Amino acid sequence: MIAEVLAGNTETFHELIRPYERSVYLMALSMLRNEAEAEDAAQDAFIKAYRNLNRFRSESRFSTWLIAIVLNEGRARLRRKQPTLTDSIDDTTEGSVTPAQLTDWREIPSESLERQEIRTLIRRALAELPLAYREVFVLREIEERNVQETAETLGITVASVKMRLHRARMMLQKQLAPQLASAVPGRRRRFPWF
Amino acid sequence: MVLSCRHVWDYISGYLDNTLSVETRADVEHHLEHCEICSAVLDSTRNILILTADDRVFELPLGYSERLHARLTEAMLQVPPPTRDAPD
Repeated sequence: MIAEVLAGNTETFHELIRPYERSVYLMALSMLRNEAEAEDAAQDAFIKAYRNLNRFRSESRFSTWLIAIVLNEGRARLRRKQPTLTDSIDDTTEGSVTPAQLTDWREIPSESLERQEIRTLIRRALAELPLAYREVFVLREIEERNVQETAETLGITVASVKMRLHRARMMLQKQLAPQLASAVPGRRRRFPWF
Repeated sequence: MVLSCRHVWDYISGYLDNTLSVETRADVEHHLEHCEICSAVLDSTRNILILTADDRVFELPLGYSERLHARLTEAMLQVPPPTRDAPD
């Protein structure tokens, strides 16, 4: 398909990007935390991908290339809003996150996501992660990139990816476990004689 | 090796991703067998990861795809198509 676009059949570009519309938007949303701005950033990222398609090298996955473009777009927008923005994270220091310690944890079934309230809790917890952790978490857990791809996309080491992912997971557990446990109480025990 | 709860928390991601050494994994499992709190931390973390990765958490804005392709069409008209021979 890429060859077709480069050969002049530009309409094929619409079909080429269709499978990646969602992941590019989600990456933008996770960074910018605003739906309208994320949509605008996703559109700009796809336009940049179109204009620079001849620079795409087939050694990398097309989806990884697209994600790198939207990541740069998101970072540029964040810098424009806040030029002094730094989200430096020290991956070397010992800084364990203490998780929420619940002894009455009951599994939260996926069906609970039908409730808007539950989806909002999860989105809010993700949005509150520091940017550097959010980027890694979204790439690994939502975009399902492997550790190596995540490291290359973000320009960080594999060790940093692992450290940031672990801390992101623990921060989410710390915040979400108590909230979900009270929002979705465990199923009541059913007695056969009732 | 006997692990404290704090050590086990540091290994939760490695445990979930199955990247721990055989010995460490066995130590973690031994701890989990008798520690209700750490078992709950592990289960809740695993559960939360499943929920966050669910497509229902993030929905695309209504009409997103249509607006995207309309804007692309507009941009394609303004800019000459990329060609394989174009300089980098």
